[in-house]
Amino acid sequence: MTNSQLTPGVVPGRLPADSYAANFSDVAPPLDRHEAQVAADRCYFCHDAPCVTACPTSIDIPLFIRQISTGTPDAAARTIFHQNILGGICARVCPTENLCEGSCVRMEAEGKPVEIGALQRYATDHLMAQGDHPFRRGPPTGKRIAVVGAGPAGLSAAHRLAAKGHEVTLFDARPKPGGLNEYGIASYKAVDGFAAREVDWLLGIGGIRLASGKALGRDITLEGLSADFDAVFLGLGLQGVSALGTEGEDRTHVTHAVDFIRELRQSGDLSALPVGRDVVVIGGGMTAVDAAVQAKLLGAQNVTIVYRRGQNRMSASQHEQDHATHSGVRIICNAAPLKVHGNGTVREVEFMLTREGPNGLEDTGERFRLPADQLLRAIGQKLDGVPSDLAMSGGKIAIHGPGRTSIPGIWAGGDCAAGGDDLTVTAVAEGRDAAEDIHAQLMEAAHG
Amino acid sequence: MADLRSNFIGIKSPNPFWLASAPPTDKEVNVRRAFQAGWGGVVWKTLGSEGPPVVNVNGPRYGVVYGADRRVLGINNIELITDRPLEVNLREIKSVKRDYPDRALIISLMVPCDEDSWKAILKQVEDTGADGVELNFGCPHGMAERGMGSAVGQVPEYIEMVTRWVKQHSRMPCIVKLTPNITDVRKPAEAAMRGGADAVSLINTVNSITSVDLDLFSPQPTIDGKGSHGGYCGPAVKPIALNMVAEIARNPATYGLPISGIGGITTWRDAAEFMALGSGTVQVCTAAMTYGFKIVQEMISGLREYLDDKDIAMTDLIGRAVPNVTDWQYLNLNYTTKAVIDQDACIKCGRCYAACEDTSHQAIAMGPGRVFSVKEEECVACNLCLDVCPVENCITMRELAVGEIDARTGRPVRPYANWTTHPNNPMAQAAE
Repeated sequence: MTNSQLTPGVVPGRLPADSYAANFSDVAPPLDRHEAQVAADRCYFCHDAPCVTACPTSIDIPLFIRQISTGTPDAAARTIFHQNILGGICARVCPTENLCEGSCVRMEAEGKPVEIGALQRYATDHLMAQGDHPFRRGPPTGKRIAVVGAGPAGLSAAHRLAAKGHEVTLFDARPKPGGLNEYGIASYKAVDGFAAREVDWLLGIGGIRLASGKALGRDITLEGLSADFDAVFLGLGLQGVSALGTEGEDRTHVTHAVDFIRELRQSGDLSALPVGRDVVVIGGGMTAVDAAVQAKLLGAQNVTIVYRRGQNRMSASQHEQDHATHSGVRIICNAAPLKVHGNGTVREVEFMLTREGPNGLEDTGERFRLPADQLLRAIGQKLDGVPSDLAMSGGKIAIHGPGRTSIPGIWAGGDCAAGGDDLTVTAVAEGRDAAEDIHAQLMEAAHG
Repeated sequence: MADLRSNFIGIKSPNPFWLASAPPTDKEVNVRRAFQAGWGGVVWKTLGSEGPPVVNVNGPRYGVVYGADRRVLGINNIELITDRPLEVNLREIKSVKRDYPDRALIISLMVPCDEDSWKAILKQVEDTGADGVELNFGCPHGMAERGMGSAVGQVPEYIEMVTRWVKQHSRMPCIVKLTPNITDVRKPAEAAMRGGADAVSLINTVNSITSVDLDLFSPQPTIDGKGSHGGYCGPAVKPIALNMVAEIARNPATYGLPISGIGGITTWRDAAEFMALGSGTVQVCTAAMTYGFKIVQEMISGLREYLDDKDIAMTDLIGRAVPNVTDWQYLNLNYTTKAVIDQDACIKCGRCYAACEDTSHQAIAMGPGRVFSVKEEECVACNLCLDVCPVENCITMRELAVGEIDARTGRPVRPYANWTTHPNNPMAQAAE
């Protein structure tokens, strides 16, 4: 080994070869049967349970936990999948402390919620391990539907539509389906190729033809899809990335966190992946945390997340923030980048300290610099390349009702659609609900 | 500090906590460990007649019922009386008693229903120096098929006859252990008293099948594909036992007959409840089988603390609740309470609402923000909300004073009156 954590610059192989597998192993190992029984016993089976209300996909959580506790985890999984066909990945990536677990009455009682996420993973893993797909398609309707984007929203919509008996073509610009699940989350949250396995399993319903490598605007057009299909669902996600707008941003080793994560996710050999010694991540969301923690796990000596507002404004959940700091990542709040210094390659980043004022963020006048040989931008993604005739709202596709766009016959959901909260689970709910609406409209037209 | 020393029908023990005749008391090694742990007394596992001992199954002996977190709520067993030779047991009893003279050592007996069999074994037991005998008329499995155990306990005449033999042929204090597998427990208790018993102990185990193996389609414990009913014990049977103890304690015919309470006693609190209903001592088995002998230390400290807090002697506790066990017809029908939900303690699970709305009187309202409140105009004070609430003391029952308006009836609460004088009662006695 020639490189170490102290080697300056952006280099691969900072760690002993055997460290990578351990560093990138399952961040939350699955519950075994005994642990699941103990955890399930804590559920009170609440009336009109707050956890269900808090779940964007309205999974009947008390019911599935009761099914686990009575030794029928596959029945539990069906309860989950009925509402959320991506219940497997959601069990891994949902910010449960802000959703189901955060509203668990056990929080009120003793500050420790029922481990709903872990139990959901226990049940869904159990059923998926059987191999069989749990749902059967309805009778063929003869309707053909285009779903654009094979991320959480598109997969959810495609599955629900296929289950209703429609023929679905699922387009995706990337070589692999899965969207953010495949390309955009930290690898320790979905180990052993879970995202790909989940898509394979989901497609087991049948009736979904996957067309990878097909980008809207490049290989397919909205007009073409509208002409060829009975309905179109857009689950495009957010492909564009935001720039800092900071002087010196064009220096070498100043990149987007999403690109860093994507390369890491698709890497076959983590020891070959270069990473800086001093890594600075700008942003306050899940992407910032995923990038920062993974940089640390790749062997960076110093990793710092810098967020321009106060800690209470960070969109990364408290659990994610804790995970970052426990992993050795430093979080600095109330600091905004001013200038990227360096001679061709980033060497330092200069920040101003900020405070919240009546008119937004204010410069306190104080400055500091952080050494950096790699700077990752994680300040949000945006929607790119949307056909101009779709009405927009706040930079996203305007929708009304269950994902209806301004053009009849075209629906949208997930991150590309206005509203929502950019969570996987919300995308799943929107895809599912749009699918139900598409089905209702097509069947009404067919019978009307 | 409260004095826990017990003198039960002349049998003295440093505390009222005895181990019941059962698997934990079958051997010297177990009984010594029990005494070392602090048990006040032991009822040695039932001895049979001289000769080849009984044999036990070589498959599983126990079935179990679990509560949450695999807490043992009940165990049933198909183990018979001791399967070790009589002389070995007698030798061990003598040895233990010699080393623990301050502890109570009672010997459980079950021999065929003839006078000679009883006469023979009583002499042998007396020679061990044991403090007394307990007649096992309760064991519901196996031995009952051979005309012993509960086969005797279900026929009051047999109980009286055998008890009389025992008192005739022995100076030892005699406790008759009763089976719950009968319709009226007062009858066997009265029979034991007529036969001269010094005390009764109850309950023995309840006929039971704890579970069915849904792959083998056989009761558990399963022996080579078949199962037999066993004797059920543990916390699950405590309510049955408490009622039977109370029935005997308040029965004029057996009033004052000493009782050794048995049935699911797990903590000091359980023991105190049995004592309040008239038990002079209590016997424990399942709790020891679940957690080991050390549990007696919690029972001792807990009962002491309770008695000290109440500032009463243990003898004041024994039977203290008996006068308050009455027939339904004497309950005060004008006594009115209403459920009250402590909003600060409420964790908003809504179980009270589900229970009341689905299965009771629709007397709980669910407001915005999951605020649950009692509709006094509907509340019949059934108590179910309190029972299903996971937070202790979150829901309480408020007693309405006499004269206060009951929102449900719109009428003021009246003073004591019971069914015997109620106008709806066709048998009502005319008010004087």
